[in-house]
Amino acid sequence: MKILVPVKRVIDYNVKPRVKADGTGVDLANVKMSMNPFDEIAVEEAIRLKEKGAATEIVAVSIGPAKAAETLRTALAMGADRAILVETDDEVEPLAVAKILKAIADEEAPGLVILGKQSISDDSNQTGQMLAALMGRPQGTFANTVEVDGDSVTVKREVDGGLQTVKLSLPAIVTTDLRLNEPRYASLPNIMKAKQKPLVTKTAADYGVDLTPRLKTLKVAEPPVRQAGEKVADVAALVEKVKALGIA
Amino acid sequence: MKTLVLVEHDNTKLADATLPVVTAAAKLGEVHLLVAGHNCGAVAEAAAKIAGVGKVHVADDAAYANGLAENVAPLAAALMADHDAFLAAATTQGKNVAPRVAAHLDVMQVSEILSVEGPKTFTRPIYAGNAIATVESTDAKLVITVRGTAFEKAATEGGSGTVEAVGGPGDAGTSSFVSSEIAKSERPELTSAKIIVSGGRALKDAETFEATITPLADKLGAAIGASRAAVDAGYVPNDYQVGQTGKIVAPEVYFAIGISGAIQHLAGMKDSKVIIAINKDEDAPIFQVADIGLVADLFTAVPELTGAL
Repeated sequence: MKILVPVKRVIDYNVKPRVKADGTGVDLANVKMSMNPFDEIAVEEAIRLKEKGAATEIVAVSIGPAKAAETLRTALAMGADRAILVETDDEVEPLAVAKILKAIADEEAPGLVILGKQSISDDSNQTGQMLAALMGRPQGTFANTVEVDGDSVTVKREVDGGLQTVKLSLPAIVTTDLRLNEPRYASLPNIMKAKQKPLVTKTAADYGVDLTPRLKTLKVAEPPVRQAGEKVADVAALVEKVKALGIA
Repeated sequence: MKTLVLVEHDNTKLADATLPVVTAAAKLGEVHLLVAGHNCGAVAEAAAKIAGVGKVHVADDAAYANGLAENVAPLAAALMADHDAFLAAATTQGKNVAPRVAAHLDVMQVSEILSVEGPKTFTRPIYAGNAIATVESTDAKLVITVRGTAFEKAATEGGSGTVEAVGGPGDAGTSSFVSSEIAKSERPELTSAKIIVSGGRALKDAETFEATITPLADKLGAAIGASRAAVDAGYVPNDYQVGQTGKIVAPEVYFAIGISGAIQHLAGMKDSKVIIAINKDEDAPIFQVADIGLVADLFTAVPELTGAL
């Protein structure tokens, strides 16, 4: 079974995003970029399934600028076998991403597509579900545990208040949540080896997908600034404040 | 504009998460509801009583019993032929179903809206709330998820909606429900708790975390959270993590104990109504967002606070 793993290049999670002065977006110039953390978990899960013998090949895909090749090299260094870069300098919305992934899935025929549940940039949390709908296949979103068994996969999902387990027939789409696994670091020898692994570059036009955005961003602004309050002198003063809130 | 709101429920009780969505939908136009479930008549009755509700579409079928997205999304998409906007709560259920509906309709979903600015214009958080985008949809139909903390809850009484049974495509045959484990803990759930007590790396180890944080949380009936540093250090499990890559919370009161206030943590809790910080480092960034700060050694201050409440 083949596993397709889409990965996105985003602002590193340790960097505070700055809104551009002209309000058109977030400043990405000279900012440290990394693989979206939920996508790292997706790559890791695919590798573990391959190590367990449930998968034979892992194909990583990224849709983004030329530099997204670095993100794909990270996935290859972790253990993916080959990579596809769909190069574009435009901002691509989840619906268009899902359409490109659908076209790639039609060509590659993966048994599983494992994606991060959301990117920490746009925070949309849509792509996996949209891909599943476009493919007419089932989805196991916000996965906590993934077990492949013959022609089905059992996914334990993180839902509000607890966990839900569903059984999906393959091919299926899985999106990752935080507790699924802890992604490995790529070792230096594997980083060197990853440079030799195949990476092909395509365009959205190769897949016949129109990237015209459906949402117009009118403005991007800083959230309301929170003012620092006061410091209290001791625990007794704090107790008084807490009691005044009416919670104790 | 005619809107269709996905009602969240467990086949017996209508979930509160539906109520802010009704408020958001009412800002757009006429409010219709969709109850997809099995033996869910009581939910439909409760739904019809929500203030401002028009029609309640009820699809009662075993295929919808567990809200499987593969089955519910085609049903909702079919009903959208007569509606202009589909809205769901930005809960795990809403997030699971709504994008699937959007793809069926070839529409770009507007995720987790904070406000309705116009018939097709909304604000939504990006970068974990570090920026707020104002977006306008150019699609013919709207698909929206709604952040519950951003809208008032609609009243559960006063409405007189008409209940109407609808049929749907039924079971897509690709997925099945196996089981659910809903935590029966007395403690409220992190994302819906009114009070949260969170601990950071300063708590030293798992035992100290438990011994220091838990009594205060118990006293306040609060949920327990943690910073990524505390989770990475193994003091508490992953699902306690509040932050950009963890849970985004906005309780009435948030206690940050021994948490320095890394960007990644602040992104997850800075919309809390009142933030109370206890930290021995008076320059810790957490004090820049805290409403009430106490510079003190948490190992003496927290037990003293717990004892005095």
